Amino acid sequence: MKKRIFSLLMVVSILMLSLAACGTKEDKADNNKDNKQETQDDGADKFYIGGIGPITGAAAVYGQHVMNAAQIAVDEINAAGGINGALIEYRFEDDVHDPEKAVNAYNTLKDWGMQILMGTVTSNPGKAVKEETHADNMFMLTPSGSAPEVVQYDNAFQVCFTDPNQGKASAVYIADKGLASKVAVIYNSSDVYSTGIYEKFAEEANNQNFEIVSAEAFTDDSNSDFAVQLQKAKDNGAELIFLPIYYEEATLILTQAAAMDFKPLFFGCDGLDGILGVENFDTALAEGVMLLTPFAADAEDEKTQKFVSAYKAAHDGTVPNQFAADSYDAIYIIKAAIEKSGVTPDMSVSDICDGMKDAMTKITVDGLTGAGMTWSASGEVNKDPMAVIIRDGQYTSAD
Amino acid sequence: MKAQLVKMKSQVQKLNRSTRSNVITIGVIVIAYTICMSMIKAGNMSNLLQNLLVAMCYYAIMAVSLNLTVGILGQLSLGHAGFMCIGAFTGAFFSKIMVGTIDNVLIRFTLAILIGAAMAGLFGVLIGIVVLRLRGDYLAIVTLAFGEIIKNVLNVLYIGYDSRGIHFSVNDTASLNLEEGGMVIIKGAQGISGTPRNSTFTIGVILLILTYLVIVNLINSRSGRAIMAIRDNHIAAESIGIDITKYKILAFSISAALAGVAGVLYSHNIATVQSTKFGYNTSILILVFVVLGGMGNLRGSIIAAILLTVLPEYLRFMRDYRMLIYAIVLIVMMIFNWAPACVNWRKKHSLKGFIDNKIRKKAKEEA
Repeated sequence: MKKRIFSLLMVVSILMLSLAACGTKEDKADNNKDNKQETQDDGADKFYIGGIGPITGAAAVYGQHVMNAAQIAVDEINAAGGINGALIEYRFEDDVHDPEKAVNAYNTLKDWGMQILMGTVTSNPGKAVKEETHADNMFMLTPSGSAPEVVQYDNAFQVCFTDPNQGKASAVYIADKGLASKVAVIYNSSDVYSTGIYEKFAEEANNQNFEIVSAEAFTDDSNSDFAVQLQKAKDNGAELIFLPIYYEEATLILTQAAAMDFKPLFFGCDGLDGILGVENFDTALAEGVMLLTPFAADAEDEKTQKFVSAYKAAHDGTVPNQFAADSYDAIYIIKAAIEKSGVTPDMSVSDICDGMKDAMTKITVDGLTGAGMTWSASGEVNKDPMAVIIRDGQYTSAD
Repeated sequence: MKAQLVKMKSQVQKLNRSTRSNVITIGVIVIAYTICMSMIKAGNMSNLLQNLLVAMCYYAIMAVSLNLTVGILGQLSLGHAGFMCIGAFTGAFFSKIMVGTIDNVLIRFTLAILIGAAMAGLFGVLIGIVVLRLRGDYLAIVTLAFGEIIKNVLNVLYIGYDSRGIHFSVNDTASLNLEEGGMVIIKGAQGISGTPRNSTFTIGVILLILTYLVIVNLINSRSGRAIMAIRDNHIAAESIGIDITKYKILAFSISAALAGVAGVLYSHNIATVQSTKFGYNTSILILVFVVLGGMGNLRGSIIAAILLTVLPEYLRFMRDYRMLIYAIVLIVMMIFNWAPACVNWRKKHSLKGFIDNKIRKKAKEEA
């Protein structure tokens, strides 16, 4: 009986806890409204921009770069007087790279008063969140969620290339430059990014003047030994190995290929960006690796230099990767779209979205990840892919 | 009116202990449901909590169903999320194919739930036949392995659908050889996207109550007593003629089928399902619900599941320390609930003891 009483008490306390939690949330929301009201009188209203991405768990590095870089952009804009005089309020929530948690994060941000979503960082959570933003008609700009499904609805836009576009661009680039006639592919079959690029690459290869001699997969559970895949590529006489994967595995592949004295040309996509920063990796092995990426931290232009030094200063000398650049651009793209459409913070979420999605197709943005970026109504970005080659331990332009 | 109440009270008291306990549990669930619904109607529930309601239901179903294996049958299973995975994928698969054929949402979703449960139950039997020959730690490891197998097979599986029927592949979408207009339903690592979102809080609560009733009835039946006899002493149970394999598989497959139901609820609550979600982390999480709530204590499992689903979300204000605090709170709760010293302390300071004391004192004074 005592146990029963105790469990009843537990139930009651949980109920009270959740009710209390609701109460505080509402107070907060009310406060927000009050604040807004007050600030509105001063003529300085705020845009509430939320971000969603993994800042804990296996994919944390991507989310953290996005979170930090967006903060830098927000601070810069606020310091310069905001967007049309309105400052930005920015908050980032963790989704642990899980669709379920991403929807929870989205709802947390909604309770906070979010008007514009800068997210999600990764594709799978994006597929779940896009349903929510579509239902609420909230403007969504994903910095790095590259699956085409993420921008399925008209309220969603991308900063990065879609996976299929990267696959196609890679195939066209390899054929145009005549890099090889026999190509092997090693990809991660348990990863959406990797399979997305590979599938389009394989399809496009049929139209190009090279042949895929072997296509070998690995999974997240078997990503430490690539001897079999490399041996197969070697036996089939591959001159180029296409690696549509992230750099952690790529360092192992390069090391193991060198150990078996196999020296084809290695070609990757934006996932390889960051390979020179891996600890205990002999960067000499990456010599001659080509990658199709929109951002290189060592680029000489003023914009990149300014961003990289600001990021390094704020985060103990960490070099920002391409995700960070996408995110930095995303905030400035949102700024451009707001300015073009003339939306104001006191408008409803849905009105802001309608105004911004119309403006997105009209703006041209010069960012870190490409000059003259434009968008079609489908949400995909139009910008030129840039090939980078690693020479003397530095990323240099291949063209 | 008063007479009626007195009559009701005496009727409630006449019920035997387990029935009374069940009435209380279901009563609390129904009351909680009514409170939540009225809050939603009145519009003063946060978006976050509204969204979490369905999640609480499927995690509670998972916890209750695993409690059947762990608490009632007494076998440690570390692959329970695998069955949820099967339920989620079969349910979503069925709904996606039938979305144009069966227009009535309720009928389609009910069928999806039944099919998901049946498929998960079938795998429960198949896996049960193999693994239930083992006991204790060995069983735990093998169920862990099976959970991972299910996850990894679904991770490379491609299934498409066109006018010629269903196509399978383990390579990529291109090798499905779909006709023009064919639809890829399961896309390997990308899983299933675009499942109709039919799960509602009401359906979740109904399923939770059904799950609870199924398990309670099983426990109080002849089979249930046999199952508990096996848990308490399998040699003694065998010696009085209980068919150990049969009852083990019975409990294991019912538990799996109910996990399948939770899976269907999951996949129809969120627009996208990937098999990587159902790895051993999820299995362990559900085992944590069961252990925190108490082995064999169904009500405890439900409470623990709800609490631990809500907790990480309400710890978001802790920012980077969220998961650390979550772990610490979990440890504290576990100690408060189950450390012998705490149990004694709780007994001494329980509300019931307090009231009993008061009554006794009063009676003394009056005397």
